[in-house]
Amino acid sequence: MENFRYISGVTTLALEHELCIGCGMCSLVCPQAVFLIKDNKARIVDLDGCMECGACMTNCPVAALTVNPGTGCAALIIGRWLNKVGINAKGCC
Amino acid sequence: MSGFVQSAIGPVPVVAETSSTSDRLGTFLTRLGINRNRYLVAPGLYAVGQPDSDAPVIVSANYKLSFDIVRFALSGRDAWLLVLDTCGINVWCAAGKGTFSTKELVQRLRLSGLEQVISHRRVIVPQLGATGVDAREVKKQSGFSVRYGPVRADDLPRYLDHDCTGDEAMRMVSFSLRERAVLIPVEFYLLGKVFFLLIPFLFIISGIGPDIWSFERAYHRGLLMFAALIAGLAGGLILVPLLLPWLPGRAFAFKGLISGAGCGALLLVLLAYPVSTLQQIALFLGAVVVSSYLGMNFTGASPFTSPSGVEWEMKRAIPLQVLTAIVVIVLWITAPLV
Repeated sequence: MENFRYISGVTTLALEHELCIGCGMCSLVCPQAVFLIKDNKARIVDLDGCMECGACMTNCPVAALTVNPGTGCAALIIGRWLNKVGINAKGCC
Repeated sequence: MSGFVQSAIGPVPVVAETSSTSDRLGTFLTRLGINRNRYLVAPGLYAVGQPDSDAPVIVSANYKLSFDIVRFALSGRDAWLLVLDTCGINVWCAAGKGTFSTKELVQRLRLSGLEQVISHRRVIVPQLGATGVDAREVKKQSGFSVRYGPVRADDLPRYLDHDCTGDEAMRMVSFSLRERAVLIPVEFYLLGKVFFLLIPFLFIISGIGPDIWSFERAYHRGLLMFAALIAGLAGGLILVPLLLPWLPGRAFAFKGLISGAGCGALLLVLLAYPVSTLQQIALFLGAVVVSSYLGMNFTGASPFTSPSGVEWEMKRAIPLQVLTAIVVIVLWITAPLV
């Protein structure tokens, strides 16, 4: 999504280049066009576009991708913080 | 429903392909937030048109809004529709939270008896379901191969016509003005309870003055603060979604700050009667802090914010928001005393 950019330099996504077999699954499932397959290997071409949904990691057949997946939702994170300090808060959606 | 189609496992319900009045009413109410958490259909196998054993199988969630857009998108075609039990949550959210999953898909494939109904072994899973579904694992456990379909159900006909291959545009999420605007009512609905708790608090602190508390003052100044709250809501819940690509900054809390400052300034201009400078500052900052906080909360509705990014901005924005809220309250209480 070219016209929407979020905070840069924070994503937990990492690609282990040596493990990659270039199957293209990551670029197929990524909703943000973070990957490009070139010379039979996946490349991260838009790291800051990553929203850490985890689809690529889940579908990578050789575990070459790692990301700390989650939902980028402030209400959910507040709920988690409150739960940590013992206040029972309901999350969203 | 419009009857049944006979299959190897007995009759399978055929879905209607056009929306009825009750579908439209249901969609409308759900978009307002009413009954949104219980707007679901029974999981299982459905038919669109008169599918045979070669017809494609489309997988979806049992949130009725999801179910509806898929069946309407497939209008005029013959297909099987396999609805997973996601507790009435849409595909993407359910995939992120583990109900639209490999386990549920494998189980639903088995329970539905689909393998007796069709001759092929392929299912089309919405691409956004990939967060929860591991295609290889599904193949290993069920024998079915997963093909990831388009992000939007509207693209299904084009996808099916092109031999089940998607193009780049079908694979990218979008967040158009229309897609953002439709979220505004539900954002208001979700805020409901907090909003009604805040109002009495504002009127109580507005009444404090040299004679301890007066109803007269609570009424007049309470209305002022209420107006600031409305300005903040307009900034955070209406302008942030609508103006999202054009508001400066990346952090949503900052975008909300900007739109809230605009609404706060407008409020001061429109004020019908003179108010002291201290009170003007409090009203302005009140609108800004409400709008910034609500703007930050809109991250949950957007399809491109990473959890790492949201935490990054929250750690910076929340202390400032809390501090500003304290300043607003202190200014507001002390203004009549000075």
